[in-house]
Amino acid sequence: MQEMIQRAKALLESGQVSRVLGWKKGETEFDVEPAFFDTAESLDGLFYNAFCGANLSKYLIEAGKKEGKTLVFLKPCDSYSYNQLLREHRVEREKAYIIGIGCKGKLTVNKIPFDGILSVQGADYPDYSENLTVETLYGTKHISYKEAMLERCHVCKGKEHVVYDELLGESQDTVDAERFAQVTALEAMAPEERFAFFQAELSKCIRCNACRNVCPACSCRKCVFDSTAFDSAQKANTTSFEEKMFHVIRAFHVAGRCTDCGECSRVCPQGIPLHLFNRKFIKDINTIYGDYQAGADLESKAPLTSFRTDDAEPGVGRG
Amino acid sequence: MPVNENWKPTIVAFCCNWCSYAGADLAGSSRLSYPADVKIIKVPCSCRVNPMFILRAFEKGADGVILCGCHPGDCHYSTGNYYARRRMTLLFSMLDYLGVESGRTRVEWVSAAEGVKFSETMNSFVEKVHGLGPCVRLGDLRCKK
Amino acid sequence: MFRIQRENLPGLYAAIAAESDLFLPVKAAGKTNYALWSPECQPDLDTLKTVKSPKDVFFPQSENLYTCQRDAGKLSVTPEKHRDTPFVVLGMKACDVRAVAVLDKVFLSAPVDTYYAARREMGTIVSLACGKPEASCFCGTFGIDCAAPEGDVATWLTEDFLYWNPQSEKGTALTGKLTALLEPCGEETVAREKDGIHAICQRLPLKELSLSNWGAEAARKNFDSPIWEELYHPCLACGTCTFVCPTCQCYDIKDFDTGSGVQRYRCWDSCMYSDFTMMAAGNNRTSQMQRFRQRFMHKLAYFPANYDGMFSCVGCGRCVDKCPSHLNIVKVIKAFEKEGK
Repeated sequence: MQEMIQRAKALLESGQVSRVLGWKKGETEFDVEPAFFDTAESLDGLFYNAFCGANLSKYLIEAGKKEGKTLVFLKPCDSYSYNQLLREHRVEREKAYIIGIGCKGKLTVNKIPFDGILSVQGADYPDYSENLTVETLYGTKHISYKEAMLERCHVCKGKEHVVYDELLGESQDTVDAERFAQVTALEAMAPEERFAFFQAELSKCIRCNACRNVCPACSCRKCVFDSTAFDSAQKANTTSFEEKMFHVIRAFHVAGRCTDCGECSRVCPQGIPLHLFNRKFIKDINTIYGDYQAGADLESKAPLTSFRTDDAEPGVGRG
Repeated sequence: MPVNENWKPTIVAFCCNWCSYAGADLAGSSRLSYPADVKIIKVPCSCRVNPMFILRAFEKGADGVILCGCHPGDCHYSTGNYYARRRMTLLFSMLDYLGVESGRTRVEWVSAAEGVKFSETMNSFVEKVHGLGPCVRLGDLRCKK
Repeated sequence: MFRIQRENLPGLYAAIAAESDLFLPVKAAGKTNYALWSPECQPDLDTLKTVKSPKDVFFPQSENLYTCQRDAGKLSVTPEKHRDTPFVVLGMKACDVRAVAVLDKVFLSAPVDTYYAARREMGTIVSLACGKPEASCFCGTFGIDCAAPEGDVATWLTEDFLYWNPQSEKGTALTGKLTALLEPCGEETVAREKDGIHAICQRLPLKELSLSNWGAEAARKNFDSPIWEELYHPCLACGTCTFVCPTCQCYDIKDFDTGSGVQRYRCWDSCMYSDFTMMAAGNNRTSQMQRFRQRFMHKLAYFPANYDGMFSCVGCGRCVDKCPSHLNIVKVIKAFEKEGK
């Protein structure tokens, strides 16, 4: 982490960048906040560990409007989101200086099922330990790194940054599950079972909009769900229609643009597996229109803004 | 699900102005019958149909939704129906995934000369939706009187 | 003081539910939230914090105010009936019970919100002491004792028993209906439980949190502080904090077109949203920093100024647990603590 701080200070002091976007530590190892740093002194507070799951690319939209460049630390998955924002002209490449930071999988305290967690040891960068020691009010507990890992790290897209100005730190593969396994399992269920599953999950939704606000693909200045002309209530979840339709509509709006960064599922206070919608679209796109990874590059044609004259008819293979 | 024989499904059909709506007109002037349960909404091109229209139709009480447009390659605006085809493929697959039976949605390409095809399509779609029963999974309860 | 064996709790729930609606924490799809009891549901009194607070039972996330219907050319307007059937909400923690007192200040002062008042009238609160406080809890800062919660009936859950102590007329009336299931007992076990809980509270990391820089006077003092500019940046403006908070009470009133009429309803609003208090001309808050500041000034300065020094935060810690960017009221309080020194 010292390397990060030194490099950031050097770039800031040389005037190459006007501010630094990274993380700072709050009360505990798992209380980490995305933060802007404007002075070399404040950079002593720059922090990075295994709980830094937040995708910083979205903050660059606003940061890009300020004077000068912003130095940003992007993990491999975050860099896909940045590329996607670049494709859509929501950010300018010259406004960001990207350090591709190493990542060995990120953790979430939501997956640590102990009461009264005070601290988690073993999540330091770059020396993560395979087993974490969790100090709680009710005794010391242990959990493996893998068990506490974010869902998206189990299906990691890869440790290569797709866009960067320089690289810092090593990464490690953490894949141990098949990306579309859950989607395939759902597709194999009967329609009533699928509906019951989604109904149970989506009825927890409190319409807090955290998923929409954290999503780098959701950057519309005026969101369709904020429009007063839109009939269906954007704040209340009064009926079963709204519970389901918000998620499906949002998933459709980002279809073909979603990089599968997993932030939506990470932030949901009710633990709704939102990635199941986005991955369904991605799986369909891969199967029907050819493998496509949003944000992997700047040139390939996006699936929903292009076509082929011999595309499959809708409903091919359905009853 | 046992369905009352007398129950009539509500079908919403989005028809593009240049081909499928003209096809519907032709079906009418040729005195070919198709169920009155089909409510046609004319759009300039099948590409105009926003996925939210489909979802809104279900919200307001439709039991089945069908999109009709020019044959791929013959779109009045050259390429509109190609985009619509991709969009609807993904949307209908997602609705199926949610548990809304796939028989409730369909895309059919009907040209202005195909009055017979239009009426046959509507007849078979209404029959299919009738067999599935009322759509209870997507409706907004506030829209039921 | 009464008690009932834990394994007989399902019988207790059924007995309460036979006479009135029963709301309690229920586990569904992996998370615990307050819901209406049914024989098939999975009650969960062991999870300390529900994701959503129980304020829904008194102040629902959305409720109809009236319906306009057009029938054959005639227009009818039907207001919603006020709640007139009793209900019990069981398992509320001390912080959530205090939050109801905060909401009372707002909704029961003139002009009285009759929908809320009807629910308060009809509702009986059975609170539950916090056997295992969390590291994110800080109710003590607001003078709340989680070992002795307020409420019509206070309960304590041990390994084998649920201890039950009526604390008000409503509580005594409810207890009267359940004498077949509750056995009278002494006070010693509960006294020991309380001591145990107090001992844990002494070890909570947030026990030293001080409100010395907050209160009614802070309204003028802290408004212009440069600290706000430093704090607000990671805020995503999502609204999670407001929706999980047991004291947030802002709401919006909207109309819904049902096709054959209009339903006017009210629903929770969030001061984090960009259209909060947006007016046709001249918006008073246009930046996220202003909205962020507004939320905490309301909880820690404006509310005490308006309501005799009562803070509208109860230290439940849900915002600490749920904010996607790890911002919360504790960080705000601490940042100003440092400034005061």
